[in-house]
Amino acid sequence: MSVDLSYYLILAAVLFTIGLIGLLVRRNVLVMLMCVELMLNASNLTFVAFASKLKDVGGQADVFFVLVVAAAEVVVGLAIIVSIYRKRLGATADDLSSLKG
Amino acid sequence: MKLVFLIPAFPLLGALSLIFFGRKLKEPLAGYIATAAVGLSFIFSVVVWIKFLGFSGNVFVDHLFVWINTGSFKVDAALRVDPLSLTMVLFVTGVSTLIHFYSVEYMHKDIDFPKFFLYLNLFVTSMIILVLGNNMLLTFVGWEGVGVCSYFLISFWHERPSAASAGKKAMIVNRIADVGFLLSMFLVIHYVHSLNYSAIFAAGPSLAKTTVDAIVLLAFVGAMGKSAQVPLYGWLADAMEGPTPVSALIHAATMVTAGVYLMVRLSPLLALSPDVAHIITIIGILTAFMAAMSATAQDDIKKVLAYSTVSQLGYMFVGVGTGAYAAAIFLMVTHAFYKALLFLSSGSVIHGMHDEQNLKKMGALKVVMPITAVAFFTGWMAIAGVPPFAGFWSKGDVLVGAFSESWLVWIIGLFTAGITSYYMGREYCLAFLGKARWISESSKGKKKSSKKEDHGHVVDPHEPSFKMMIPVVTLAILALVGGLLNLPFASSLKFLDKFLTPVIAASPSYFHPSAVNQIALGVLDAVFAIGGGLIAYFIWSKTYEKPALEFTLFKNAWYIDKTGDVAIARTSTKLAEVTDNVIEPKVIDGAVIGLSKLVLAVGILVRKMASGFVRREALVIAGGLVALIIIGGLRGGL
Repeated sequence: MSVDLSYYLILAAVLFTIGLIGLLVRRNVLVMLMCVELMLNASNLTFVAFASKLKDVGGQADVFFVLVVAAAEVVVGLAIIVSIYRKRLGATADDLSSLKG
Repeated sequence: MKLVFLIPAFPLLGALSLIFFGRKLKEPLAGYIATAAVGLSFIFSVVVWIKFLGFSGNVFVDHLFVWINTGSFKVDAALRVDPLSLTMVLFVTGVSTLIHFYSVEYMHKDIDFPKFFLYLNLFVTSMIILVLGNNMLLTFVGWEGVGVCSYFLISFWHERPSAASAGKKAMIVNRIADVGFLLSMFLVIHYVHSLNYSAIFAAGPSLAKTTVDAIVLLAFVGAMGKSAQVPLYGWLADAMEGPTPVSALIHAATMVTAGVYLMVRLSPLLALSPDVAHIITIIGILTAFMAAMSATAQDDIKKVLAYSTVSQLGYMFVGVGTGAYAAAIFLMVTHAFYKALLFLSSGSVIHGMHDEQNLKKMGALKVVMPITAVAFFTGWMAIAGVPPFAGFWSKGDVLVGAFSESWLVWIIGLFTAGITSYYMGREYCLAFLGKARWISESSKGKKKSSKKEDHGHVVDPHEPSFKMMIPVVTLAILALVGGLLNLPFASSLKFLDKFLTPVIAASPSYFHPSAVNQIALGVLDAVFAIGGGLIAYFIWSKTYEKPALEFTLFKNAWYIDKTGDVAIARTSTKLAEVTDNVIEPKVIDGAVIGLSKLVLAVGILVRKMASGFVRREALVIAGGLVALIIIGGLRGGL
């Protein structure tokens, strides 16, 4: 049995929107990072859905790339967050505006 | 005749050995090596000449190697032996040898003694290449070679600012003229496809008349610079800043004759272009007259000679312009003799007077320098054209040509001959006759203060050493008998005419005055020469100050140099100042600085967008994404 493609896409869109809203609304850097992961995986879901629908393995291969990049990004991001915690004893995104032009 | 390559090879070898070993050879060996190199070159010139006399053809070409080979255009490094180049090479190497020998003594104790002879040898090499070159390009190599050597030699005492700037002036004026030579060559390449003289002459009659006109006229522009014709003659007077043997070698005997040589070399083309020939005649006679007038008011012993050289070159161009090519060469050869003689004698005077060149501070040198006085007197007689000295015959030939061409040119030429005799007489009287101004000066110095003696500048004129006398006396003899080369009495006595005839264009048919005319012209020449000399003697042997006869106009050489200075040098300096003060800071700097200010302003505006708040930036990204999707949807019809 197969689930219709549109369900996957709707789910992905919902996930992506949740992630985006979370990114814009939450102030905790750790949570913002998790929201980014959510958005990434929403797009992964789209890739896989289309790959299975179109019988094209390329979409699934792309997902691996995204996963690897996401993992690397998490490593870097967490490292930054940890170092920020050590320095400031808190990780509120709005406090971190030293890049202001 | 295969030995011809040795003629330039010896001086070149001399120059090379002086480059590498000059410092070690020192004085006087370096000088003797250089003299020997040029002397050998002269000997081989004679050898080649003797061989050539037994040669059946008119032109012998010695191909050395292919120099430039680009498709259809080819230039050989080849030496051309013909009567014209042989005549040139013989007198160039001959006179150069004498001057080299003289210089050994004259340059005694100079710090750069070996360097001087290096330049001299290099100069002679270039001059030989110039005259022996079988094509215009090789001639041009020599042409530039003598130019650069004259620059080195004029500014030889470069510690003096005047010498340094005189060298630069010579270089620049010559470069201006060289443009003419180059353009002429380009035209020849375009229309003839070969720079070989034989090919050019063969193609000459089939070329359009305007083409020939342009080629010859442009070549003449080159010749005007090298041979110091109006208005490009200022550099030759300034060139007197160089050591006196240099003045003798370059600015009398050899380099300045290169322009005349080039025009005679191109005479088969020039004969096709009577309009340009007229221009040459006019410039020549103008130069002869103006330079002679300038010479009447000079106080520097060498400047008088410099202007007289310019004037004589003017005569040579009158010869070229009127078709009296052989006469021009004849005058060139005899002029080399007597002008080298005059310069070397004046060198002896300057040497004896401890580097005093002002005629007004000389006088009565005949008593202490009798041989030099006689030599200088010989030079005076020769250049003035008093029979039977060399100048009488050669200048006579040129004036016969002028007489056949136009009576106006002839009258100016004749008058100038009188002036020539006058200014040389003035120079002779001021230097050798009258009261001794140098004694009075040194005794004055003793009475008033002993400043002069502090500097060790006791004026003690003396005859130069025996070694310096040899070349002077030799040249004096040559100046006396040089006329034998080409006596007009019978066609069998016109050796030079006959020798040169095969390679130069035939003189116009009218150029053969009757015997009576010729004798009358000769008598007139002699009258003017002697008259001018006598006038000079009566005025200048009694006095040395006569401002009424030394016009400022002539002292400044008709202000031609000053005009050029004001019109070209000053205006370009002004132009440079304008660019320096206005264009450079306002336009160029303005553009550069304005650009940087623009970038800065944009940056100040744009940087406000970077707030540093992560979430706001994320919102902007998200907004951008939404906008992109909407735009894409609208355009692509999602």
